[in-house]
Amino acid sequence: MEDTGSIVAFWLLAALTLGSALAVVVIRDLIRAVVLLITSFLGVAGLYITLSADFVAVVQVLIYVGAISVLLLFAVMLTPRASRDNAETFFQIPAILLTGLVAFTISLVSLDTDWTVVERGGFEETASAIGESLLDKYVLPFEMAAVLLLVAMLGAIVLVHPEGTEEE
Amino acid sequence: MPVLAKWYDLRDLGNAVGAFLDWIRDLGGPDWIPYVVSGLIGIVAILLWLLVSQLAFIWIERRVIGRMQARIGPNRVGPWGLLQPIADALKLLLKEAITNRYADKPLFWLGPVLIFIPALVVFAVIPFGEGMSLADLNVGVLFVIAITSINAIAIFISGWASNNKFALLGSMRAIAMLISYELVQAFALLGVVIFAGSMRLGDIVAWQSEFNTWMFLLQPLALVAFLIASAVEINRSPMDISEAESEIVAGYHTEYSGIKFGFFYAAEYFAAFAVSGVVVTLFLGGWTAWGLEEWVPGWLIFLSKLYLVFFLFIWTRGTLPRLRIDQLMAFSWKFLLELLFIHILVVGAQVLIWHEGDYPAEVVLPIFAVINWTLAVALIVGWATFMGHLSPERRAKRAVLTQELGAIYYRPADGHGDRPTRPLEEA
Repeated sequence: MEDTGSIVAFWLLAALTLGSALAVVVIRDLIRAVVLLITSFLGVAGLYITLSADFVAVVQVLIYVGAISVLLLFAVMLTPRASRDNAETFFQIPAILLTGLVAFTISLVSLDTDWTVVERGGFEETASAIGESLLDKYVLPFEMAAVLLLVAMLGAIVLVHPEGTEEE
Repeated sequence: MPVLAKWYDLRDLGNAVGAFLDWIRDLGGPDWIPYVVSGLIGIVAILLWLLVSQLAFIWIERRVIGRMQARIGPNRVGPWGLLQPIADALKLLLKEAITNRYADKPLFWLGPVLIFIPALVVFAVIPFGEGMSLADLNVGVLFVIAITSINAIAIFISGWASNNKFALLGSMRAIAMLISYELVQAFALLGVVIFAGSMRLGDIVAWQSEFNTWMFLLQPLALVAFLIASAVEINRSPMDISEAESEIVAGYHTEYSGIKFGFFYAAEYFAAFAVSGVVVTLFLGGWTAWGLEEWVPGWLIFLSKLYLVFFLFIWTRGTLPRLRIDQLMAFSWKFLLELLFIHILVVGAQVLIWHEGDYPAEVVLPIFAVINWTLAVALIVGWATFMGHLSPERRAKRAVLTQELGAIYYRPADGHGDRPTRPLEEA
């Protein structure tokens, strides 16, 4: 993070991420909000690239832009009434208070922490390094996450499965 | 290939570009100028190539399909109708681009723009020749899958913003298809990555060149699955149910006219070229052809293979009937995916045996090829016979979700014929 290119890229991407994230909250139309959320995800992916975490950046695009946002679009579309406008909510003031507190805490912590800078340079290839540590040192959390996702998926199927359709 | 640094050695187009960049560097100026110029040259070259190929293939496709279907095809504009694509392009440019009154205007405008991005960006990682790729990322394969998944959002946005029920149905179908076949695509490519041991597209080509084999000889099932999934991804017949004109007018681009429709049309072609390029790179040896690359420029070999794969897409489009949406979804979830799971397991075991046992590649690879071909044929035939739709008791009896996506259900043949009836749950 010393040459001009990286600094300009960082500020542009940060502005893109935060600006579209703000617009997601402010904007009324739900579908437009989801589209802006996708822009925000893309901005985060760009930030990963400036950190030369190319694998994480591509996975960010694949998972968040390709899968999660499609899920959100489907959810918005299948929700009656929510499709065209984002109605008023009773929780506006408590929500603003809560987010303000969270933002305050996070910025306080990040400013207060004594960040250590690792001397070792970047990885040659992040993908293989991530793969090796996932299947070697962190194999138990990895498997647990996989089982958790499987259970969640089964639960979703059981929840939406209509009665009496098992065997006919 | 001996690398000659002369700019007119067109066996590697990089020579010419390199000479040009050296000349710019000699002129002086900041360091970033040659960098930007090299990127611009790559982008402009790819775009020009795409536009020319597209214009050529619009004509070729229409003539070839005409011939396959015993029609004549376009033959009025210019000799043999050669100027037809140019006339079409001019027509699209000059027609009014209508926006309907209740459309969501920003999103309606964004859809056609966004659909271009994945189709074009994929070309950045595809190696046209040795070292001739715009950005040979070390996560290239993953990048291809990630970028093409943006397609779904573009299609959804345009379908939604049109405020038209056919457009919405088309986009819902498109997304249901895309998220089903994305998994198939990823698993098909996973097998290739396991064998080559790298996600960099250039490395995968180099691997195939090193062992004098093409990946499809080793993993036929992956190639078949990837071709089918790609045909879905690029919305070409027989998988073009999201714009099935006999069912839902024109699907997600029903409301688009003029150049906005032209954008969808062009992006579809670009995506088809991109997918063909990926197939060539990963399964057909890229710019190598068993020594031929010593004599012929690698990029010419690559392009001829790419056009051959594209011809395969034209061929299927011209000869196969369109599938129903429930057939298409069931084919992904109940057929291709299971086969690919088994395929990945077998391929992983093979690589493990190969690397642990330290066997020579000349012995092991032919054995793997025979095993995988036998397995592919056995799995396809076996699964279709015993688990698939061929056995009547396994056919779906009741529509659960696909009906929401605009599927029309037919009463099973019980003497009343195949006339469309009420949905089965009410019958």
